[in-house]
Amino acid sequence: MRYIPNTSEDRREMLAAVGIPSIEALFADIPEQVRSKFEPLGLAPRSEMEVAAALATLAGRNRPNNGICLLGGGIYDHYVPSVVRHLLARSEFFTAYTPYQPEVSQGTLTGMFEFQTYVCELTGMEIANASMYDGATALAEAVLMAERIRGRGMVAVSGALFAPLRRVVDTYSWAAGIELREIPFGEDGTLDAAGIPDGASAVVVQSPNAFGLLEPLDGLKDRIGDALLIVSVHPLSLALVEPPGALGADIVVGEGQSLGLSMGFGGPLLGLFATRNEHLRQMPGRVSGRTVDADGHVGYTMAAQTREQHIRRHRATSNICTNSALCALAATVYLATAGAAGLREVATLNVEKANYLADGIAALDGFERAFAGPIFNEFVVKTREDASEVHERLHRAGFAVEAPDRLRQWGLGNALRFAVTETRTREQLDRLLEVLGGVR
Amino acid sequence: MTTIFDCRCGERVGGLFPPLDVPERGVDQLLSERFVRSAPLRMPNLSEPQVARHYTRLSKMNFGVDDGFYPLGSCTMKYNPKLNEEVAALPGFANLHPQSDPSACQGALELLFELTGFLRGIAGMADVSLQPVAGAHGEMTGMFLFKKHFETRGDRRRTRVLLPDTAHGTNPASAAMAGFSVTEIASDPLGMVDLNALDAALDDTVAGIMLTVPNTLGIFETNILRVTEKVHQAGGLCYFDGANLNSFLGKARPGDMGADVFHFNLHKTMSTPHGGGGPGAGPIAVSDVLVDYLPVPRVVRRGEVFSLDWDHPQSVGCVHSFFGNFLVAAKAFAYILQLGDDGLRAVAENAVLNANYLQQRLKKTVPLPYDSLCKHEFVLSGKGIAEEISTLDIAKRMIDYGVHPPTVYFPLTVREALMIEPTETESKATLDRFAQIVETIVDEARQHPELLHDAPHNAPVRRLDQTQAAKHPVLTYPFSDSVSAE
Repeated sequence: MRYIPNTSEDRREMLAAVGIPSIEALFADIPEQVRSKFEPLGLAPRSEMEVAAALATLAGRNRPNNGICLLGGGIYDHYVPSVVRHLLARSEFFTAYTPYQPEVSQGTLTGMFEFQTYVCELTGMEIANASMYDGATALAEAVLMAERIRGRGMVAVSGALFAPLRRVVDTYSWAAGIELREIPFGEDGTLDAAGIPDGASAVVVQSPNAFGLLEPLDGLKDRIGDALLIVSVHPLSLALVEPPGALGADIVVGEGQSLGLSMGFGGPLLGLFATRNEHLRQMPGRVSGRTVDADGHVGYTMAAQTREQHIRRHRATSNICTNSALCALAATVYLATAGAAGLREVATLNVEKANYLADGIAALDGFERAFAGPIFNEFVVKTREDASEVHERLHRAGFAVEAPDRLRQWGLGNALRFAVTETRTREQLDRLLEVLGGVR
Repeated sequence: MTTIFDCRCGERVGGLFPPLDVPERGVDQLLSERFVRSAPLRMPNLSEPQVARHYTRLSKMNFGVDDGFYPLGSCTMKYNPKLNEEVAALPGFANLHPQSDPSACQGALELLFELTGFLRGIAGMADVSLQPVAGAHGEMTGMFLFKKHFETRGDRRRTRVLLPDTAHGTNPASAAMAGFSVTEIASDPLGMVDLNALDAALDDTVAGIMLTVPNTLGIFETNILRVTEKVHQAGGLCYFDGANLNSFLGKARPGDMGADVFHFNLHKTMSTPHGGGGPGAGPIAVSDVLVDYLPVPRVVRRGEVFSLDWDHPQSVGCVHSFFGNFLVAAKAFAYILQLGDDGLRAVAENAVLNANYLQQRLKKTVPLPYDSLCKHEFVLSGKGIAEEISTLDIAKRMIDYGVHPPTVYFPLTVREALMIEPTETESKATLDRFAQIVETIVDEARQHPELLHDAPHNAPVRRLDQTQAAKHPVLTYPFSDSVSAE
């Protein structure tokens, strides 16, 4: 086997040194009743060349984006600068473990510290952790954290969360015995603040929401008493949009895939998690902190570890151990590469192009925007036609658009959701308009 | 240590993205004033060479498996085949949206379906979910299944989970995430579950037990069948932490030992890289009694067509946005395909041989509290090597010799523990060299203890002050130090 360096001669010498007659004898402590039941997979070893070909064949059976991607719902077809992939490919980064030995992990730990700083800059918060698994588990953990702090057994959740977020929050909340109450959305598609129940540990809002609409967060914190305000964000939008931290949010979470990660069929992803200093002891996940070494030089190490499972065990703030460290590093390199100027630039391309398509579709006979409010890079249109038929027509023309049945849960019977990023060109958007307008 | 925020800020750099090609409306108007960001982003604008140099410099202050011996116990730091990375970068995988039309992602669904089958076979269990994305996530999902199982049966008394005192910290924390309380079970003098203590703890309030097999001392529970039988007879379920699968891959299956849930760490056993702390993947295998509760969606095959099946009303639901860490699954799939049955078995045989050989060599130098045949790892005690020398000192001194230290101070049942896992991808020569290094360090501890107290000497930084980091947390860049606003 190519990955095993020892020779048969090595093995003979080692067995002799251990004083064991055979390799098989090394497994004598596993009960015979167990070993005798073993069945192999029936899988012959294959060469690297054959496996590379087999995987290329499987990958070739996918049609990424079906050509032109207008899918969204939390995961978007963004451009990843090549420097991100190249720096991440350094094996000192990707073959390292969690930085338990800080003296030989300064690369990882400095990167984590930078990541935490970037997340705080974007969200307007004071502290951030070094990542969660994805935006959905980050939100679920935020709900658990708010419940630990307030302890009222109930959390109010916007009715306009992306479905994957809501499903994961449902599962975690069920397990923790937290009741979720849904807050309706109004006719304009945003949160109906009058529908927020009293006595919640937290209020959960997503902005932009499941319809792509920016949620007006100003004044919301004042309306919800001492319930914690949890906001799930699209981080790229925060280059242009007032961050929740400036509007009183207590916990800000989000999916970081838009910051330099490929879509990867939905994983690995990157959960962002930020909060205020006062909640540090309740925050889940790892953090890197600045300190000094024996010579007084600045260095980084894992901080606030007494919250974590390896110290506090069943009283830990979370069970999370392995997270999305390398994805967080990708986001860090992406943000370093873009800078404030580049980030505003790419965010602007998203807003302008999404509005171009939204306006273009709304101008077509038989189509209109479902809701009129400001959007970032995603929106919903209603149609007088059969949305499934429209979807099918787009599909045949080479456009990947979300199936309309996923919108029915919100009572949007005949509607379609489109996401437009910087990677879409005017030529593609105009062609899409032609396909839509070409019915009649 | 300079950060990216200390880099000298350039002017607006640009050049990453093309100019706007639709008529400009202006973001202030499109977003409306109400939503426009007021504070500038303090993110330096840097040229690409600056960024490349900064992160290349940082990478050189890290230690990865490619840099040298990395015997971090319970973490299985084996070599990560380069093919893995190429597979995950294939555009047909990397650029695939998770909500693609099923007709556009048949290859990805087939991969998930096939990998599910492989893992089912390796575990010898009824079914598998690939959704959990880390070991602890798999543990938590398994505990959710326990909870659902008893809830469905209307049994609300079973609120306790039993844990050996050697368990990984994630185990109790995962049980707590599902609302279970934890009862610790003592180990017997051989480091195994004490059957009397188990008997005493079992009653109709016990939902189950979480076991690590082999245990965290690297010792196989020879009584494993009696343990699982006792728990089952008491109406409980058995969870197996699969972090140590590397020691019996291709030799034995948790399904044949009485496991009801078993989690894989693909980033340990199946060679996918750890990434400095993730992303990993923690699929779970389950026995018949728990199949109905597995997360949705599941990948199914009808004829030659693969699709997603959401129709499992008793499922616990979703624990991840989509299908788990697909690109990690693709790497593990490629690894299993390359190894085949012979390779999988060779992994365990060589991992266990390496561990026993190294244990044999090191126990002459450093106390081995549990002296028996080990599996993939073993635990030494740094207690009493020399006066005023701690395990931490020994670990830090190893850095000076170009070795990543082992896991230290775990398991908690061994004083001054040094937990060593060599893995199958190390050569006898590397193990011999490591044994010499340990001998040298033990000599130094007695002759020149200051060498250990002050270690490391030639790492990127000297020993770091953990107390300051804990007492006065500085968790973000203090921007007052410099000006890097837009």
